[in-house]
Amino acid sequence: MRALEPWVEAPLQTFLTESSARLILLMTTSGQVVAQHGFSRSFEVMTAAALGSAIVASTEELARIMGASRFGAVVHGGSQQSCMLSAFGTPRGRWIGLVVFGSETSIGLVQLFFDRLVEELVGAAPREQPARAPLAENFEHELNASLKELFGR
Amino acid sequence: MSPTNAVLERVTRVPGVRGSLLISATDGLVVAERLMDGIDGRAIAALAASLIQRLVRATAGAGMRIPTFVHLRGHTGSVLAAPGRNDLVLVALAGADANLGLARVEMLDAVGRLA
Repeated sequence: MRALEPWVEAPLQTFLTESSARLILLMTTSGQVVAQHGFSRSFEVMTAAALGSAIVASTEELARIMGASRFGAVVHGGSQQSCMLSAFGTPRGRWIGLVVFGSETSIGLVQLFFDRLVEELVGAAPREQPARAPLAENFEHELNASLKELFGR
Repeated sequence: MSPTNAVLERVTRVPGVRGSLLISATDGLVVAERLMDGIDGRAIAALAASLIQRLVRATAGAGMRIPTFVHLRGHTGSVLAAPGRNDLVLVALAGADANLGLARVEMLDAVGRLA
């Protein structure tokens, strides 16, 4: 498991142990990765983060058009593995969790322990302001630094 | 009252039973519930389904038939589960003072009626 912020690691590890999820990606709503487990290549993470944040943005807009409040989660069920996307508020802004799980667990268990993960993250998050957004000229450097941190190389 | 709710009502009327719910064994989600306030149906559904799934795998691995009734006893009460057809499981929460024999009979009868 790799996390950009160390306080995320313990709740995430607990979630992985209890839910038996195969992969997890925590990101901001703009697709910036906060933590990941199970991905082996950086481009997979960046692609999943971009697609995940886009799906959440699409469903939230769909909910707005339908006059509903936000959807709690989006679940794609598959025969071999399934995927759950859920956005949640933290003191560090709105984040998205993307969880991939197989037949060794169930959507009920994943949702149950994901809700607990959210509670623990909200409780553990430092209350100071998040770091400012990187300037355009620093973006590539910041991105590379984040990927190195997430993959350890 | 729908047949499902009638089944839950019958089980919940047994003395000492604090609630009952019908869950999907594969997904661990609540299909219908009749629970006392303060009982988290979602958590019970997820954990009971996981328990049933593992027991089914264990009994199949041992060459036995799938369990028809599961009784998990704790210090302050019990969780009762009766797997039925179509991936459904009838679950009941019973206090330590519950009439477990009657609850078992009602649950097995009820789960047999569920399509």
